[in-house]
Amino acid sequence: MQQTPDSASADAIVELRNVSFAYDPAQPVLRDINMSIRRGTVVGIMGQSGCGKTTTLRIIMGALRPTGGEARVLGAATKTLGRDGLYAMRRKMGMLFQFGALFTDMSVYENVAFPLREHVALPPELLHDLVMMKLNAVGLRGAAHLTPTELSGGMARRVALARSIALDPRLILYDEPFTGLDPISFGVIVRLIRNLNDSLGATSIIVTHDVQEALGVVDYVYFMAAGRVIAQGAPDEIRKSHEPFVNQFVNGSSEGPVPFHYPAPDYRTDLQGAGADARVAGVAAG
Amino acid sequence: MRFADLRARLERVGSKVTSAVLRLGYASRFLGYLVLHSGTALRRFHLTIAEVYFAGVLSLVIIVVSGLFVGMVLGLQGYETLQRYGSSEALGVLVALSLVRELGPVVSGLLFASRAGSAITAEIGLMKATEQLSAMEMMAVDPIARVVAPRFWGGMISMPLLAGLFSAMGIFGGYLVGVQLIGVDAGAFWSQMQAAVDVRTDILNGVIKSVVFGIAVTWIAVFEGYDAPPTAEGVSRATTRTVVTSSLAILALDFVLTALMFTGGNAQ
Repeated sequence: MQQTPDSASADAIVELRNVSFAYDPAQPVLRDINMSIRRGTVVGIMGQSGCGKTTTLRIIMGALRPTGGEARVLGAATKTLGRDGLYAMRRKMGMLFQFGALFTDMSVYENVAFPLREHVALPPELLHDLVMMKLNAVGLRGAAHLTPTELSGGMARRVALARSIALDPRLILYDEPFTGLDPISFGVIVRLIRNLNDSLGATSIIVTHDVQEALGVVDYVYFMAAGRVIAQGAPDEIRKSHEPFVNQFVNGSSEGPVPFHYPAPDYRTDLQGAGADARVAGVAAG
Repeated sequence: MRFADLRARLERVGSKVTSAVLRLGYASRFLGYLVLHSGTALRRFHLTIAEVYFAGVLSLVIIVVSGLFVGMVLGLQGYETLQRYGSSEALGVLVALSLVRELGPVVSGLLFASRAGSAITAEIGLMKATEQLSAMEMMAVDPIARVVAPRFWGGMISMPLLAGLFSAMGIFGGYLVGVQLIGVDAGAFWSQMQAAVDVRTDILNGVIKSVVFGIAVTWIAVFEGYDAPPTAEGVSRATTRTVVTSSLAILALDFVLTALMFTGGNAQ
């Protein structure tokens, strides 16, 4: 199941070649990103908040276009796709947003039925069966009549997952799928990600900073920091990595290349300077 | 120093004007895109009808009650003035023309902006803040075609109907006060109204005004919602902007339309 950029082949469902991205040319967000994600795998993109992993995901989904290099997703270069081409590509993709992004004015059933209604003209009976099958896959067939406001965070995430697989996607993207979940919901989501990926024959990309949890479910990991891929490999290789940043991140240590303190002036000067001024002001006022 | 200060002020004014023009251009492109991608809203008309319910039917109470009271006040004030000149029978004409030409479209437009316009902005803004619009994009569903366009057309259809209802309720309010309470002759009230109110110059022009106000309010409302920063503060500011901008737009457009419609007629 291991892979490297060198193994990039026709089997790659997502391929990023020297991708860079910047809103402001002086401050690049991504630099020389190379990724090759093979069909059927579950791949994690991990790193600290602000390291560029969500931007990478947005490039893969075609919401952003690389300012340098090339992103090929499902066989098409996203840079060359117009609106219709992008939508045609997204019909083969599913996306689970961080908090589900369910439509709050629709029931659970209507939420899952939404992509089917929009893209496929199905008889009502068949639509009903399909929706129920998707809900059954995430264990929420009995919650079809509920509204999103009646669901717990974990249930909402599962409904959103059912909605994202409604059109049997070839590529499923997960944006921080474990955030804010209790241990039971977390276990359920992890199992679903793996099972759905394998049963649908899909490919999954999980963007997350929950390293320990994600390492248990993925086949391959890209580790990002400051807009670059700094380490990659199978979960075991990542756990044994000697890269200081990866070590600090995997072990959750406060000491390491990522400092505990935000850059600030000298502590003593800050305290004595401000304190002295305040004391002088207090004496003068007294 | 003074020159530098003046220059800085001019730059600030220039920057504000430039950004206002840019925003207007962006809003115009947004409207163009919206109209071009209205196929879904028109083909699946039940989506638009649902928005007519939210923007129109749910505004009925405020429109009916306000129309009634405005008509009743017009009846009282109109009678007070007309009876000084011995023409209190013309009360029906005064009430009807005031409502059909001006108050109906303008006041119902202002109420529509406060009730339905703000709701449209808040709804679209919150959908954006909770990533519902992004989720639609990811399902290869264009949110402008699926969410914005039905609200635009629903609002546009509702506004003239609400303005018509407002005027009808106002005339009924004027009748209640003028005829039932004060005792103006009912025959004179209705017959003079019938003779003086012209379908084309009065009613049709009133309808045109309400259609224009409907376009302005719903355009502003959907644009502000779609363009709102995806935060609680961003949505709240966008909602306020919708009400303020729509109200000013209605009053400014009313002046322009009135000048075009009625001044030319009087000059002949």
